[in-house]
Amino acid sequence: MATKKLNLKDKYRLLTRDLDWEFSYQDRKEAFPYEEFEGIKITDWSKWEDPFRLTMDSYWKYQAEKEKKLYAILDAFSQNNGQTNISDPRYVNALKIFLTGVSPLEYQAYQGFAQTGREFGGIGARVACQMQSIDELRHVQTQIHAMSHYNKFFDGFQEFSHQHDRIWYLSVPKSFFNDARAAGPFEFMVAIGFSFEYVLTNLLFVPFMSGAAYNGDMATVTFGFSAQSDEARHMTLGLEVIKFLLEQHEDNVPIVQKWIDKWFWRGTRLLTIVAMMMDYMLPNKVMSWKEAWEVYFEEAGGALFKDLARYGIRMPKYAETIEKEKEHISHQAWWTFYTHGHATGFHTWVPSDEELDWLSEKYPDTFDKYYRPRWEMAKEMEAKGERFYTKALPQLCTVCQIPMLFTEMDDPTQTCYRSSDYEENKYHFCSDGCKDIFDDEPEKYVQSWLPVHQIFQGNCGGPDVEDILRDYYRINVGTDNMDMKGSPDELRWKEWKGTA
Amino acid sequence: MPVHAITPNYSGEVKDRVENFHGNQVVYVGWDKHLMFCAPFAFPLPPDMPFRVLLETVMPDPFCVHPEWEKIDWSQVNWLLDGKPFMPQLDVALQDQGVGHKSVVRFQTPELLGFHNAGV
Ligand SMILES: [Fe+2]
Ligand SMILES: [Fe+2]
Ligand SMILES: [Zn+2]
Repeated sequence: MATKKLNLKDKYRLLTRDLDWEFSYQDRKEAFPYEEFEGIKITDWSKWEDPFRLTMDSYWKYQAEKEKKLYAILDAFSQNNGQTNISDPRYVNALKIFLTGVSPLEYQAYQGFAQTGREFGGIGARVACQMQSIDELRHVQTQIHAMSHYNKFFDGFQEFSHQHDRIWYLSVPKSFFNDARAAGPFEFMVAIGFSFEYVLTNLLFVPFMSGAAYNGDMATVTFGFSAQSDEARHMTLGLEVIKFLLEQHEDNVPIVQKWIDKWFWRGTRLLTIVAMMMDYMLPNKVMSWKEAWEVYFEEAGGALFKDLARYGIRMPKYAETIEKEKEHISHQAWWTFYTHGHATGFHTWVPSDEELDWLSEKYPDTFDKYYRPRWEMAKEMEAKGERFYTKALPQLCTVCQIPMLFTEMDDPTQTCYRSSDYEENKYHFCSDGCKDIFDDEPEKYVQSWLPVHQIFQGNCGGPDVEDILRDYYRINVGTDNMDMKGSPDELRWKEWKGTA
Repeated sequence: MPVHAITPNYSGEVKDRVENFHGNQVVYVGWDKHLMFCAPFAFPLPPDMPFRVLLETVMPDPFCVHPEWEKIDWSQVNWLLDGKPFMPQLDVALQDQGVGHKSVVRFQTPELLGFHNAGV
């Protein structure tokens, strides 16, 4: 008997919408207990438009083909010693941040979408989230595979997963995702599906992947491309979620607006590290952070919010502050890492003279005035044999968990201090944006696991900083950390190139 | 509503209550307009520590590397405690002059403009 082939429409119906069933003896509310507590009103799940009409069988087929291509290129990269073709060994430090700080977020995205893919009452949304969940698991796997080659030749890759849960600066990305996953399913979707995937992910992937290409890193470029068609689906899902929520009930509008305000602020804080990677860690520059921000946020994001205005949604709160920050944050962040270079799992350095000039050219209004003097100071100290490493631990923001390194935007020489009193305790923030987030849900953020306070409480070993770095963080002290100059990474590179 | 939770009356564990610091309290200290130090410092200190010990023993260790540290005229310094003007009493304990757990102590040296007069 010949097998009957389903036409596309039937296949789609049977493999997505038809996977749901009517509940005859169970209360639907008990099956989907998380659907109401956030205050979101869904009147009709059947209005959900599937953003991509993909069924599981074709999904597996596409993904398998992509994997085959990806692994063929990764194999070729390692057989040809691709690591020797990168622009400069300083570049690899950006990959160390990527593997310890970003790849584990792919894993958290996998977990988050798997849970959300269980919690929604609508089958269309459930299936879409489940597919995204599997994509994200693929992303973390392919990233680990691509980086494993670098791990054979450079320091600082070996403990990425252990470190993600412990190192002070990695608590920034970790707590970002923990915050989203600890929210309800709708907030998670606005946080990750919309704010992050739809708007901010471009700022991570597009400039960073072209950065990899400009710096000869074909392994990273390839996983970037392989993830891109997945990302296109994720973006469509993020946008569909927003439109669906806004169309379902007008009471959803202020709730969604508040989440947009929160998650754009949290997202821009998280991207500080990408800003720094672009301006300081790519030896061959692609574009400045400021330029990337203008193209991907101000232009693309601006058009999006114009489109959403018909639902009563406005630009995220603090958009004006964010606009000013593009001139400053990359410089403030790299200075922080440079001065804490003894406590990082990667190397830091003073930019070369050509790089300083490039920064002056890209930031004519701010670099020479506020930031070049810091590097002049660092150079003077280094020349005297006193490379500057700061000696005490920094105060952190309770919400974004970043050291209090940001300044007032109207006075970039003054640290921005904000605080709140809540039930007998003081809490400190880097910005009005972070303070607002705390004030809205203090019971959530009183639980922040702030690395500096955890060290003081004795929860990270010690007693000395070096003990913590070695035993608790598992940084190979003297090898993974400290300045690029004189590092084993640099020496090995010089040997390969015959310039030792 | 202090949190949007599915559990009624949800309350979170305060991770940084003073009891967790083994007899210390956390005090933050920042030198305004001297961004060689990217952020204010955090110190775990006994609440009965006299201010003088903070000033003369604790603070110099991280701050003294700045070329202007030596030039500070301490009689001219403006102090802020949790954002309000403050006059430290050197021989009084921190807790007896309002420097509590997670207080921020800032000092301003308006005549010192930082490295290259750039607030660094
Ligand atoms: Fe991903
Ligand atoms: Fe994604
Ligand atoms: Zn913050």
